[in-house]
Amino acid sequence: MRRRLERIKFVSKEGKTMTSHEDPAVAVSQQRRLLWEDGLTRFARRYGLQIGIICVLLVIWGLFIIGAPATFLSREIYAAFMSTIPFFALIALPLTLVIIAGEIDLCFPSIMAVGTLVFVKVFEATGNLALAFISCLTTGFLTGLLNGAIVVRLGIPSLVATIGTQFFWRGVVLVITGGHPASLVPVKGTFLHQVLVGRAAGYVPAQMLWTIFVAVLMWVILNRHKFGAHVYLTGDNRESARLMGVNVARTRMMTFAIVGLMAAFSGLLASLEVNYFWVTLGEGYLMKTLASVYLGGTSAFGGTGTILGTFVGCFIIGTIEAGTVAVGLSGFWTQLIYGLIIVLSVAMHAALNRRLAR
Amino acid sequence: MDYILEMRNVSKRFGEVQALHPVNFVVARNEVVGLVGDNGAGKSTLIKIITGYHQPDTGEIYFNGKKIEHLTVARARELGIEPVYQERALADQQTLWRNIFMGRELTTQAGLLDVKKMRQETRKLMLESMGFTSAAVTPESIVRTFSGGEKQGVAIVRALYFKAELIILDEPTMGLSLSETRKLLDFVREIKRAGKSCIFIDHNVFHVYTVADRIVVLDRGAVAGEFLTKDITLESLMDKMYRVAQTGSLD
Repeated sequence: MRRRLERIKFVSKEGKTMTSHEDPAVAVSQQRRLLWEDGLTRFARRYGLQIGIICVLLVIWGLFIIGAPATFLSREIYAAFMSTIPFFALIALPLTLVIIAGEIDLCFPSIMAVGTLVFVKVFEATGNLALAFISCLTTGFLTGLLNGAIVVRLGIPSLVATIGTQFFWRGVVLVITGGHPASLVPVKGTFLHQVLVGRAAGYVPAQMLWTIFVAVLMWVILNRHKFGAHVYLTGDNRESARLMGVNVARTRMMTFAIVGLMAAFSGLLASLEVNYFWVTLGEGYLMKTLASVYLGGTSAFGGTGTILGTFVGCFIIGTIEAGTVAVGLSGFWTQLIYGLIIVLSVAMHAALNRRLAR
Repeated sequence: MDYILEMRNVSKRFGEVQALHPVNFVVARNEVVGLVGDNGAGKSTLIKIITGYHQPDTGEIYFNGKKIEHLTVARARELGIEPVYQERALADQQTLWRNIFMGRELTTQAGLLDVKKMRQETRKLMLESMGFTSAAVTPESIVRTFSGGEKQGVAIVRALYFKAELIILDEPTMGLSLSETRKLLDFVREIKRAGKSCIFIDHNVFHVYTVADRIVVLDRGAVAGEFLTKDITLESLMDKMYRVAQTGSLD
């Protein structure tokens, strides 16, 4: 900036060549213009990735509206999106914290099932919905914390550790249930059911409101709380964070615990939505959830990432399946389009990152 | 003598390796101590004990004349012992203000981060102490875009801001250009002017000699010698250093 200012030479009224520094009036106007430009680049630098991914969403949405106006201009499709996207968005949001902290979690699909299994069992045994609900969340939190403890205390890479626990907890569910699903119909019509998966104003699914609430909460935690600040620092430079007194171990463990908690919550919501607990609950969510986070611009190397990015990423992933079919392509196309959009978006992030970081 | 730090018979062993034989090491108030020695001389072990990163096997540590029983990183920090590590000092992808307040974020009464206050304080520090006058650098600037010397400056200013009593610079000139090194040495003089103490570790005797009041030479885990810079010329210090490295004795 300083260098740029000095380099601006111009011819003054008297015909002398001078640098912008020598004529105060010109210098001020020059400076003002450059400061404005500077402010603009700074804005782009700070929000570039988020703007980028929002544009991707708008483009895809536009294409779907053009390709299938009847579907994409009706209310029904959006009601459908708002009922299904939350089930993985609720996990993708806290998973963003894990990935910013430089870790990965592949265990959450199994935690979804374990949490709901505990809900079913406690409800069967006691008939107490509130107790069942709290047990479900506690289970999620503790299984998540266990993941964190294995990673942090035993020093096992999170990729490996959570592959292991993912199999383990799925196995626990299969052994306990013998593979049999359980009906959740008795919960239907209760207050809890209404609050978790009811329809607000007869249209907006409650799980969508929960997703917005969790997104805001995660944003506050990540950007306006010490814990979030420590998540960024831990993922960016673990050694320096530790040397500066950040409790790196606790920070890493807590991110896993929060994902566990939210996975159990989401698993319960997904089961209540269909009034059934399937032992395969969560399978099929793994890739979508991870893709949403990376699509949102969170770095796989840790240290950077945003909640808004993940939130938008979830909606991109969530609309592709329905959109592909609605525009007249067969369902076989969905995976191809997923792949294309994920690779292109991540490449866009990488390119933007390189340009904006300078 | 008024010592801010006094270590008596401190030793450390890692498995088979005696990294530090029982050594005595002191830093006086408002003194800049240069710590020199070859690789493996025990410099970083000594520093990591002072900063609470390692626990010594034997010996006693006194800070401001008070014996410190179990020195942890957090305790060392409370006491005002502030390490500034090259490369490891900053989180590169984060903003300047996040780096300044790393691990010591200011919060509001509601328990949330006081981002506004932290940005203001950072701006103040930038202008008053760091010498960032360019409009291109703001509290929101990403630290990755700074030069090596600027990063070191940020780390030192951060230490002074948080009322550090004893600032530890571990190889701060490594990889710095000539003018950047000069800037860094100015920062070290700034520490002295601010009435604080400093331990300056460097391979390069030239750098240490120009800013240190006293130089301690470590060799193979033991103190090989100590010199006041006003009593010894750079040449004879260099001679002694070479001799130590080759023979293990100063003369």
